[in-house]
Amino acid sequence: MILRTFGFSEFGFLVSALLWTVVLTIIALSGGGIVGFFIALARTSTHKWLRIVAATYIQIIQGIPVLMILFLSYYGLSLAGLQLPPLVAAGASMTIYASGYLAEIWRGCIQSVPKQQWEASESLAMTRTQQYRYVILPQALRISLPSTVGFAVQVVKNTSITSIIGFVELARAGQLINNATFQPFRVFIAVAALYFVVCYPLSQLSRWLERRLHARSHR
Amino acid sequence: MPEVIVENVHKSFGMVEVLKGVSLTVERGEVIALIGRSGSGKSTLLRCINGLEKINSGRIEIAGHTVSSDPKQLRALRTDVGIVFQSYNLFPHLSVGENIMLAPKIVKNVAKAQTRETAERVLKLVGLSEKFDAYPDELSGGQQQRVAIARSLAMQPKVMLFDEVTSALDPELTEEVLNVMEQLARDGMTMILVTHEMAFARRVATKTIFMHQGKIWEEGLSKQLFSDPQTPELRQFVKADVK
Ligand SMILES: Nc1ncnc2c1ncn2[C@@H]1O[C@H](COP(=O)(O)OP(=O)(O)OP(=O)(O)O)[C@@H](O)[C@H]1O
Ligand SMILES: [Mg+2]
Repeated sequence: MILRTFGFSEFGFLVSALLWTVVLTIIALSGGGIVGFFIALARTSTHKWLRIVAATYIQIIQGIPVLMILFLSYYGLSLAGLQLPPLVAAGASMTIYASGYLAEIWRGCIQSVPKQQWEASESLAMTRTQQYRYVILPQALRISLPSTVGFAVQVVKNTSITSIIGFVELARAGQLINNATFQPFRVFIAVAALYFVVCYPLSQLSRWLERRLHARSHR
Repeated sequence: MPEVIVENVHKSFGMVEVLKGVSLTVERGEVIALIGRSGSGKSTLLRCINGLEKINSGRIEIAGHTVSSDPKQLRALRTDVGIVFQSYNLFPHLSVGENIMLAPKIVKNVAKAQTRETAERVLKLVGLSEKFDAYPDELSGGQQQRVAIARSLAMQPKVMLFDEVTSALDPELTEEVLNVMEQLARDGMTMILVTHEMAFARRVATKTIFMHQGKIWEEGLSKQLFSDPQTPELRQFVKADVK
């Protein structure tokens, strides 16, 4: 077996794998965002049983490692006769994972809108849906931006877990290149640098949003 | 037929009874001042009247609506009853104009051009025409409170409730808000106002109600009530205020 060296084409392979990391992150955040949004609404609902169901969902997702969600959707469903392609299994489990955390983050944001805003809008004869739509959610959205972007950084890093089921994202690509070159130091420095290139601007963005939120705590 | 009827209303928070059988009526165009010590139940009474708090027993009718726990009925009631709070509670993400136009647009489905017209009219009424595009955090407390009043008025209510709307304001800002309320009273609005401004109550309110320990302790024509209090509690309350 001929050992390759870590060169330009190997680096190119890592970059294309980074693309899959980004794709998986986008799937997780949009899928998790949609599910998480409804869970957050249910969590702040006036119906007790809706709150309980939502709270239980959040507790379960946050209480088990992402890895277990991944194994369950990949191996569990294949036992049931459903052979999921790695991208689908990875996308589904990251979506479930993200939904549990986003729901909890957003619940906090919805509840941090002062209760006087509920009372004022209620006194203007708005329905509960109108209160959410025109008064509460726009304010919650502003509050949620820093922590949501901050969570996106966690998702980018946590997508590396999906390498375990053979999904070739950045971490998995690093392993493959390392197996072929056996230059772990170079390879994984490159992998880490690529993660950093994505995560660092996001963390900075999150910090900037946070500062802006506090500078102008209203509007 | 009175515009507001409150009949033997009881209200408890947990084990604590805060309203112990309150009854009052307000005729159309009357201005009622609610006064009393902190904790005597003034805010609670006002919040029961527009259904923000549920009563334990008794009956409340206002502007032709009965206060119930049915959301639809409550919304119908609230299109006819405005309330303004001590803490203004403007929507911080919306401009002054948007604050005022929102409810007429989405609740009453009034056409856009007309909501704008109404908004401009009520803003003028509170003396803030030039602030249409400003945001709440660019306004002083007094200005914010006047916008809050304008926002309520844009719904064209039949009755207005005010809960210590000047308590958070400096004296010089208090005046501008009181002037707006006095103008409203002159224009014939039916109003119930909780206030600590005794001079204002005496001058503007047709009747004043003194609440004490969750009950209406004493009530009467404002001038009479202030100049000739019958109960020792009111006498002491009025004296403490003159001080
Ligand atoms: N949501 C609530 N839960 C429990 N107790 C409450 C609640 N709201 C008011 N209370 C209690 O009810 C009593 C009456 O309160 P209320 O706010 O009506 O008094 P108030 O006359 O408006 O006083 P203030 O002049 O201080 O505004 C107080 O003892 C208060 O602690
Ligand atoms: Mg009060």
